[in-house]
Amino acid sequence: MNTPHITVQDLTMAYGSFVIQRDLNFTIDHGDVFIIMGGSGCGKSTLLRHLIGLKSPAKGNVFYDQLSFWQAEEEQRIQVMRRIGVLYQSGALFSSLTLAENIALPLGEFTDLNAKDIADIVAYKLALVGLAGFEDYYPAEISGGMQKRAGLARAMALDPEILFFDEPSAGLDPVSARLLDDLIISLCATLGTTIVVVTHELASIFAIGTNSVFLDSESKTMLATGNPKQLLAESNDPRIIQFLTRGEGRADKPNVTGVI
Amino acid sequence: MSESNSASQADLVGHIAVQANDSTTLSLEFSGHWLRSARIRPVEQVLAELNGQSLQSIVAKSNDLQAWDSRLPSYLLKIAEYCDGKQIQLDTSNLPDGVQSLLNLARAVPERTGARRSQSQSSVLMNIGNSVVNLVKDSQGLMVFIGEMILASWTLMRGQARFRMVDLFIFIQDVGPSGFPIVSLISLLVGLILAFVGALQLAMFGAQIYIADLVALGTVREMGPLMTAIIMSGRTGAAYAAQLGTMNVNSEIDALRTMGISPMEFLVMPRMIALILMMPLLTMYADFMGILGGALVSISAFDISLTQYYNEITKAVDLTDFMVGFFKSVVFAVLIAIAGCRRGMACGQSASAVGDAATAAVVDSIVYLVVSDSVLTLICNRLHI
Repeated sequence: MNTPHITVQDLTMAYGSFVIQRDLNFTIDHGDVFIIMGGSGCGKSTLLRHLIGLKSPAKGNVFYDQLSFWQAEEEQRIQVMRRIGVLYQSGALFSSLTLAENIALPLGEFTDLNAKDIADIVAYKLALVGLAGFEDYYPAEISGGMQKRAGLARAMALDPEILFFDEPSAGLDPVSARLLDDLIISLCATLGTTIVVVTHELASIFAIGTNSVFLDSESKTMLATGNPKQLLAESNDPRIIQFLTRGEGRADKPNVTGVI
Repeated sequence: MSESNSASQADLVGHIAVQANDSTTLSLEFSGHWLRSARIRPVEQVLAELNGQSLQSIVAKSNDLQAWDSRLPSYLLKIAEYCDGKQIQLDTSNLPDGVQSLLNLARAVPERTGARRSQSQSSVLMNIGNSVVNLVKDSQGLMVFIGEMILASWTLMRGQARFRMVDLFIFIQDVGPSGFPIVSLISLLVGLILAFVGALQLAMFGAQIYIADLVALGTVREMGPLMTAIIMSGRTGAAYAAQLGTMNVNSEIDALRTMGISPMEFLVMPRMIALILMMPLLTMYADFMGILGGALVSISAFDISLTQYYNEITKAVDLTDFMVGFFKSVVFAVLIAIAGCRRGMACGQSASAVGDAATAAVVDSIVYLVVSDSVLTLICNRLHI
């Protein structure tokens, strides 16, 4: 499955005249677990907003398969957006709906299923994320980690081809973060879902990532793309090594700290 | 996982065949398209069919399964739960790997006991009972809020209340000058209406000159304060409830508490002070606009000169009338602040709760306004003020 799913071409992102990142070029293949990494404030979440169509690029292009997202017709763009699922940083569940209603919302809008079948699928999705039986709870009544998992269940409601995660492990305890990682891997393996994760959790990056892009806030562009393990082993850029080793440096390049 | 074109989705079918192997084992064979858009036999029917038999094991297998999505695992999950309940062995090893692993994932975390909520039917009596209990709680909440507010006012009077001066000025700006246009419009029109309604009656006795008395007294004592207060409860009371409610949803009020800052002093006091300072001024302005509206009608339609109108007003209205209106507006300011801030502080944790809080704030303050106005008017009447 090494065909490109998302292609980013010469992408420049800016808020007005303030450029966040320029000249981004990378490819996300079908079935990848793609990590967007970089220090705080380097534009990771902004890149995600460009990928999911919430913000239009200042320059350059984003292709879904062969389709140029920002040059496509409105109708086509909506079609593309319906094939993706997004887990926002804080879950972004609708606070006035129960968990079941949150997940049933896209199912009710975009499928012809009857209420009974929707309820079954909702129960299954909640069970997948370990929340069986929590259908009738409101988001405010469950913990932050549970909200995040419920958000994942909603993102998966329509069996998306691409799942985007914004900081999935932020605010989760290590064990829950690990369980979420496992869930991401098994989804990727069983459903062939392409997964894009914004994170700076090193443990997650190495555990799940098969491909990645490294954004740098000083030079305002990407420094590298590729498998994170390979980046660590082969890169000669001190900024990447420092990031991937929590500033401790690699065994063969121990003096790397303090270079920047 | 295949997404098929919408054109061909209408006639897709997912089949399930139930076959009894012997008296205690049974096989379920899945074939065709198990997609959200496909026609599939309801799982309840299948389970009902299984129900009569004394089964020990069920084998689920696939044969010529074309495509599947969440529909298949969610269907199987229902069957698996049924089997768990009846202590029947479910063998899924003949299903595609993906289905098996998803099913295992879904069953990995067992349902937490006590998590599920039973929905009880509520009877009319129960609803009545609940609303009475809620009314009592509501009134208690109001009393507690008023109590806390009095304590905070006491702290304020001793000059120890903590709030930011700049907040106070922002609120004063919001309540006062920003409210000018709507107050001008409404009070001018109310003055006009009063004059017209009164003039038609008075004209029958040739007493048009008393339009001035009617408009001036009515506006200064009643309509000026009341209309201003109603405008303010919609404009400002609702805004306060929404602001505080959103702060509550974002845990900002908790953050203040943990910093050791009383939300009552920091959030409620400046809002209340702004209303108490601005409402009498706005009311005076509304009085002026109302009288002006009356003058427009008198001069243009009923042949009364501006001097006559002015002289009549100075005879009719004295300082006492003016003070009554002034006093009412201060009372109304406090009531609007109480209604708006209390509903905001007691707001729930969701987006719709913020809307409910804003609605309740306006409803509450209008009730408070009208009731207190009646009481004040009655008292004034008894005391011959």
